[in-house]
Amino acid sequence: MAAPSDIAIDVEGLTKSFDGRVVVKDLSMQVKRGTIFGFLGPNGSGKTTTIRMLCGLLTPDSGHGTCLGFDIITESDKIKRRVGYMTQRFSLYQDLSVRENLEFVARIYGMPDPKKATREMIARLGLKGREEQVAGDLSGGWKQRLALGACTLPNPELLLLDEPTAGVDPKARREFWAEIHALAAEGLTVLVSTHYMDEAERCHEIAYIAYGEILVRGTVEEVIEHSKLTTYTVSGENLVPLQSALDQKLGVDMVAPFGTSLHVSGRDAAKLEAAIKPYRNDKNFKWEHSEPSLEDVFIDLMQKSKDNFQ
Amino acid sequence: MTFAQLFRSDGFWRNVRAMILKEALQLRRDRVTLATMITVPLMQLTLFGYAINTTPHDLPTAVLLQETSDVGRSIVAALENTKYFKVTQRVHSVDEFDHLLASGKVLFGVEIPAGFERALRRGDKPALLVAADATDPVAAGSALGSLAQVVQTALRNDRAIPDIGAMPFEIRAHARYNPAAETQLNIVPGLLGTILTMTMLIFTSLSVTRETERGTMESLLSMPITPLEIMLGKILPYVLIGFFQATLIVGAGLVLFQVPIVGNVFLLAFLTTLFIATNLAMGYTFSTLAENQLQAVQMSMMTFLPSMLLSGFLFPYAGMPVWAQYLGEIFPLTHFIRIARAVMLKGSNLIDLHYDALMLFILMLIAMGVAVTRFRRTLD
Repeated sequence: MAAPSDIAIDVEGLTKSFDGRVVVKDLSMQVKRGTIFGFLGPNGSGKTTTIRMLCGLLTPDSGHGTCLGFDIITESDKIKRRVGYMTQRFSLYQDLSVRENLEFVARIYGMPDPKKATREMIARLGLKGREEQVAGDLSGGWKQRLALGACTLPNPELLLLDEPTAGVDPKARREFWAEIHALAAEGLTVLVSTHYMDEAERCHEIAYIAYGEILVRGTVEEVIEHSKLTTYTVSGENLVPLQSALDQKLGVDMVAPFGTSLHVSGRDAAKLEAAIKPYRNDKNFKWEHSEPSLEDVFIDLMQKSKDNFQ
Repeated sequence: MTFAQLFRSDGFWRNVRAMILKEALQLRRDRVTLATMITVPLMQLTLFGYAINTTPHDLPTAVLLQETSDVGRSIVAALENTKYFKVTQRVHSVDEFDHLLASGKVLFGVEIPAGFERALRRGDKPALLVAADATDPVAAGSALGSLAQVVQTALRNDRAIPDIGAMPFEIRAHARYNPAAETQLNIVPGLLGTILTMTMLIFTSLSVTRETERGTMESLLSMPITPLEIMLGKILPYVLIGFFQATLIVGAGLVLFQVPIVGNVFLLAFLTTLFIATNLAMGYTFSTLAENQLQAVQMSMMTFLPSMLLSGFLFPYAGMPVWAQYLGEIFPLTHFIRIARAVMLKGSNLIDLHYDALMLFILMLIAMGVAVTRFRRTLD
């Protein structure tokens, strides 16, 4: 195989089913080296299964591809050496201390000086003073930092992070993303799955997956543009009756409250305009044509795909 | 909580019923527990009912014929006619005779000395020499007790001797290896094997399922480590623990019960280590086959129970029917109990014990082979 180019992940037609239930269907994707690639989609959409196929933890039923230039089916041993995988559920040893967990990882990857590498990682993670604490006693945020530290410790070329920030407070999340960007700046490729829209917006590129298929991919701007969604933001008093009224209207595909305002969106601009016309002159409401948010786009995608699959 | 609160009237039985229903549903999905519930009593019943017989029969017996005579033939025929003995070897030298006993190939030896027939006819009350492997006093005792009667009846029926009331010969019995027939001497080596089986199986049978249940297996599998490396890494530390445990048991046996180590201590240590490794490998195999820790423990128990019953630890091996003896051969404990008794009480060497040592080694390799091939390298 040719020397790995600037593509870190290149897979085509990946399919996987469990007990006859198709979880990932004919999935193809490319991820450029050095980018942060966001993997979005509802629960059970196939994100975890895809990530596991990329690092050799699951064998695809069909399809092929490479990860860091190595075949995902026949060369998973080589991939494992170069990939750091952070599982959705904390999967380090709860009964080992922070230091012991990191040293174990360093030894498995054959690092020349496991103790030194561990000391440096502890300093980088800001876990100094907690080295001897058992991992099970750490709070959610610290556990997540430790898990990230463990999978970046062997200097991987690619990080696969499966919902790394689930259940973590906003401050820890922000610090986590700062770290991810720092790592990407060093040349690391990061594939991260998430539910959070604000996190999606921190990615260089995103893909939205539902029912095992990628529905849309590109930069955040591209995805929003591609949605062809027209959105109005309404603000004012007493929005609840307005919401239920609009919900029934033809041409209004989605009404979602955002704080003290409503996002009213439709796939067909003309129909939407017609639907909201009777309410636009109501003095209680302030209407504003706006960009759909990423969340609007994804909820719309989810509804559309649901229509297709049910 | 007061007593009345314990049995609150509103909906008490409704809640109990709901709980019963939930337990029943869960139990129905738990195939292994169900299987255990059915097979354990069946297995126990079959083994106790059919396989275990505290009055041993068909004891493998060697006959050392120092003379060829009608009387000798009569005695051999008489031995074979009883259910106690089964003459498996006829030898002509004392060395061979001793070796058969030391290696455990026979548990009994009857020596008909030269000039026995002539002395018998002269009425000199010659001695029939009997050697019994008394490492298992139960097995040796009842057979030894019946011997005199069996031989006398046989000789009389064959009209080999004048029909006189008194016994025309004497039986000079030599209970070898455990002349005082002390049960501790027999129990301690057996206990060594039994305790090691129990603890070693449990240790490793939990090792893989624990990682799967706690979720750490997913991390481990995503790292560059092979199934063989994982297996050895999980087995080897326990070899040390098992060895420590064995030392403790043997030491206590020596101090508290004066159970000697007649044979070579290093041979005992070596073969005990092999036995420990075999059990750890088997436990590890269960761990790769079981889906959770409970199943792993159940599998260990399903191995431990029959091995305790069929190994010759609780009941004489020679008393079991042939099928049960073959079944007993698949358990490491059977082989180790022979080894431990032989080395500690008889002073047997590796040549005497090569069969049992080899069997332990083969069982270990089979277990490891199954474990490495059955180990799930992916989460498929």
